[in-house]
Formats: sequence, C-alpha cells, structure tokens
Amino acid sequence: MTARGYLVNTAVTAALFLILCILCASPVGGNGFFKLVLVPSLWQCCYLVLLSASLNLILGFLGQLSLGHCGFMAVGAYTAALLSLGLQRAGVYEEKSGIVFTLILFVCILAAGLLAAGIGFLVGIPALRLKGDYLAIITLGFGMIIVNIINNLPFAGQNGLEQGSASASLYANGLGFGTKTKVDYLWVSVLITIVCVTMMFMFVRSKYGRAIKAIRDDEIAASASGINTSHYKVMTFTYSAFFAGVAGALYACTNQTLSTSSFAFTNGGILNSTFVVVMVVLGGMGSLTGSIVAAIIMFFVNYQIKNGAWVKALPAALQSVFTYPMLVYAIVLVVIIVFRPRGIFGTYEFSLIHFREDIRKWKTERAREKAERAGT
Amino acid sequence: MKEEERIPVLETKKLGITFGGLKAVSDFNLKIYEGELVGLIGPNGAGKTTVFNMLTGVYEPTEGAVLLNGTVLNGKKTHQFVEAGVARTFQNIRLFQDMTVLDNVKAAFTKDITYGLAAATFRTKAFRETEKKITQKARELLEIFHLEDKESWMAANLPYGQQRKLEIARALATNMKVLLLDEPAAGMNPTETEDLMACINTIRDRFGIAILLIEHDMSLVMNVCERIKVIDYGKTIAEGLPEEIAQNKQVIAAYLGT
Repeated sequence: MTARGYLVNTAVTAALFLILCILCASPVGGNGFFKLVLVPSLWQCCYLVLLSASLNLILGFLGQLSLGHCGFMAVGAYTAALLSLGLQRAGVYEEKSGIVFTLILFVCILAAGLLAAGIGFLVGIPALRLKGDYLAIITLGFGMIIVNIINNLPFAGQNGLEQGSASASLYANGLGFGTKTKVDYLWVSVLITIVCVTMMFMFVRSKYGRAIKAIRDDEIAASASGINTSHYKVMTFTYSAFFAGVAGALYACTNQTLSTSSFAFTNGGILNSTFVVVMVVLGGMGSLTGSIVAAIIMFFVNYQIKNGAWVKALPAALQSVFTYPMLVYAIVLVVIIVFRPRGIFGTYEFSLIHFREDIRKWKTERAREKAERAGT
Repeated sequence: MKEEERIPVLETKKLGITFGGLKAVSDFNLKIYEGELVGLIGPNGAGKTTVFNMLTGVYEPTEGAVLLNGTVLNGKKTHQFVEAGVARTFQNIRLFQDMTVLDNVKAAFTKDITYGLAAATFRTKAFRETEKKITQKARELLEIFHLEDKESWMAANLPYGQQRKLEIARALATNMKVLLLDEPAAGMNPTETEDLMACINTIRDRFGIAILLIEHDMSLVMNVCERIKVIDYGKTIAEGLPEEIAQNKQVIAAYLGT
C-alpha cells in the first residue's frame, strides 16, 4: 500500500474514533438508548470482530480448521479478570476510573493476550503436526480441555468468580463494568480492536501472509519453495490465539460475572468455537474485511434472536427454534456452504482509496456474467 | 584444478530406497558439477521422480547419501534442502492457485527475508526496502519467462505452458545451486518445447547453476543435455553422452521392449 493509502486510512479511522469518543463524553453518553443498548452492543461487536478476524488467520489464510478458538478466549477472559481482581485486592487501585485504572486495564488486556498466546503455542506444537479432520478434532478437544481446566482451578471455575461467591462478583471488583463505566471505557475497547485488526492486516500483507497462503494452497510446494511450514503454522496459531485472548479480556469487561458455562457448547450462547467459524465462513475465508462485517452481521442476528420483538410475535412452534440459537447458526453455515462457499467477500479486502475502482470492476464483472448467461 | 579434484555440486553415493518389500531405487550414483546440464531418463515407473524426491528431502533414502557441495543432506526436511541450495519443479504442476503470479514467485523468497514480525507490523524501513527489493527481483524473474505483463493474474488462470514456466521462475527465486526439473515439457507442443529449451539455456548461462532434468521428450533431452543417465526398475542401465545413449542397446530395449 502506498504512503497515501496509509495516510487516508489512518485519517478516516482517527476521525471516526474521535467522533465516538466525543459522543461518549458528551451528554449523549447519558442517553438511555445509547448507554443501555448501543454501547454494550459496540463492546460485543469489538470482541466478536477480534475473534472472527483472528480465526480467519488460521482458517482462511493458513487453511487449517481450528475448532478450539474459544478456549483461548476463555484463557484471556480469566487472566484479565483474575489479574485485575488481584491488583484491586492488593490495593493498587480502588475505583474503576482514573489514570491508574486505565493503565491497569491495558496491562490486563495485554497479559490476557500473552497468556492465551502461550497456551496457543503449547497447543499448536503437537496439534499442527496433524491436518484436516484430525486437526479439527484435536483443537476441538483442546478447546474443551482448556475450559475444563479453568473450571477446576480453585480460584476460578464455576463458582470462583460468580456473584455471591467467596471471591465476590466482578461487578463490584476487578473488571466487569457497570453501564457508566462501559461508556467511559468504550474508547479502550474500540482502540484495541482497531490496533489489533491493523496488526492482522500488516501480518497478512507481508512475508507471513504469503507464506501461509502458500501453505494453504499447496503445502508440499510451499516446502519445496523453502518455506518452513511447521514454523509458520505454529507462529500463526500463536498470533491468532493472542488476539483471541485479547477478545476474551474485552469480554470479561462486559459482564458482571464470569463463568465457564458461557464457553460451553450446549448452553445456547455464542461463545463457542462453532459460532466463530460461522462468522469467518460467512464473511469469507481469506478476507479480514469479511470477518469484520460478518461479526457485525452475526452480532445483529444474535441480538434479534435474543431480544427481537418479532420473535415473541411468532407462533410457538417457530419460536422454540430460536431458543436454540446454535441451531439457527448451524443452518446458516450449511446454507452458506451450499450457495456461496466463498462467503460475502471471498478474498476481497476493502480499501478506501480503491473503493470506487473496485465498485466499477465489480459492476463490469457482473454485467459480463449476465451477458454470458444471456448469450448461452 | 584437475577434473577429479572438483567437488561436485550435487552428489549421490549408492543412493537407494526400499518401500516395504519393493526396492524402488538402488545403487544410484550421480555426480553433477557446477554449470552442467544432466538428463535423467527411463521408462515410466523407473524411479526417476523417486530419485528427485530423495534429492529434495521428500523421501528419506534407506541407503546411501545425498551430498551438496560435500555436505550430507539426507535426513533433513525439505525446506532445509532448499535452504542448502536444491530446488525443484513438479511433474504435476504445483502452483499456489489462489495467489497471483507475482506472489507465487515472491513466496519463494520467504526463506531469504530477514525482517521479523515487529518490522512487518510497524512497516519499518527494513521492511519496506526488503519488500521493494523482492518485488523487483520477482519481476526480473518473470521477465525471463515473458510473464511480467500477467503478474497480477491468478496463477490458476494462466495457460498451461505458462504455468510450467511460472513454476520454474518460482524455483529460481530460491537462489539454488542445483535445479531439478521434473518433466518440464510434459503436455507441450513442439513450439512450446523449443521455447522451453531456449529458456533452460538462458537460465543456465545467466545463473551458472547445475540442472538435472527428467524428460520423456527425446528431442529436448538430446539437444539440451550434456550427459544422460538412464534408469530402469530403479537401477542405472546406462550413462554417457547423448550420442552414446541413443545407440545403447540396453536403453533401446528398456523403452521399446526386447
């Protein structure tokens, strides 16, 4: 990308970010809809974007099926929560405001990412010797093992951080923001998401991106071209786990309590690795833009299923389908694979300066396809 | 320096491999010196690609050794063979289908790129200069094969003959000392084969590398190779100059049957 491209992207992103910060600080921040619906939604979008973009590195660019992504998210969530709780108990900070707390917040998020990356490295080394279905199974297993281990740690687990438990709830202590704090610290979440997504773009548009795409397309040829496939596979896995950990930390901020049951497969929640796979496939394996857009779409779909007025207006039979959101998402996945396996964006990446040109190309391509079909 | 004192670029000593009960290749001895163009021929199933696979680390030989400039290489992984200086192309073209022509070549420069993750993330000067350099080098390689105007095409969309050339261009990007070409003229018509012959000679003159060629197209082999080695059922049955091989009774019998 040219210097001009970088400048335009940075300027536009910075401008939008500034507008958001101003809105949060202004009286709009106190508005009911804003603070009760919009802000929590943006928080959720942030960590969903991070989850889906980071899984796309493995699934779309490296071409390996990893079904344990939420295990790393869980590691990140608990690391951030426990670290902040510990620091508060040690007296490093009192209130969830001020410069000290802001610093602590960043430290917790970074620590979450690093520990998740470490676990990712340990899992990746044995797991990535396998391919295809076998890798999928072993990562699925590891995802569950990780959550189970957390479950059984005395200071974490099912009862460790729940409301009313011996360790006290997160709401009053440590992370676990209330409504107002979420508005005040939205900028942290958005900033971190922007930075992380940028890091992923930089990764993909470098020797790393080329190497992993080569491994995806033909691993034998990649080896024959001098690429150390084990090294790049493990490295991408670790890097991806880092961002999943960061996503986990952001998740830990959004809830009053933290429980491993949210990461289980069966409770109808969305923090399971299959949901992340759906987001990646929907957006397009190999398009970070697609991952971002799909995360927002799926957030919206999930929101509607959970809270939509129209759902409650449905006949009882249809309504019961929506009590199992994962059923809906499984159907979505099958539909995408059958009708548009490339996903929404395929491998296209959005670019501000090329946008008009891209639209023009897309229109000519569509017209050409139409003419071909009409001709035959 | 006397002929006998030169160290061969690529050497095999009693190289062999056995799959279960089948001796696929046995007692394969080869010496290739810098700048030589050697041909490896034999009927289908003779074990030529198996030899290539042993020379590039895809198979580990069960007996014998592979040496590059005197260093033993067998037992190492494929990418280590490439780092040492052995590059190959494949019988069935193995391109990176979902990458552009230019990226296919750029991917092969990966092992020589020294910048790290931090440099890539912050787009440091080292990063930008390295990227510029390899883009330029990749374009130069594409120019040799007249592919430069198709650099942003997807590799899968190239016509067959050009896909073969792209594979050779990608192999050249690894800066090898020995290039192993596995049936580069397969599926090509006479014009394309002539073009390929010219390309191979250009590569040899320009890069000063040694080339080992598997081929079935006898016009290519006889015209381009300095020396030919013939194998059948995994064993060497003849070795020598093209004229000698063309007259050799055993070779004729192997191809045509007794």
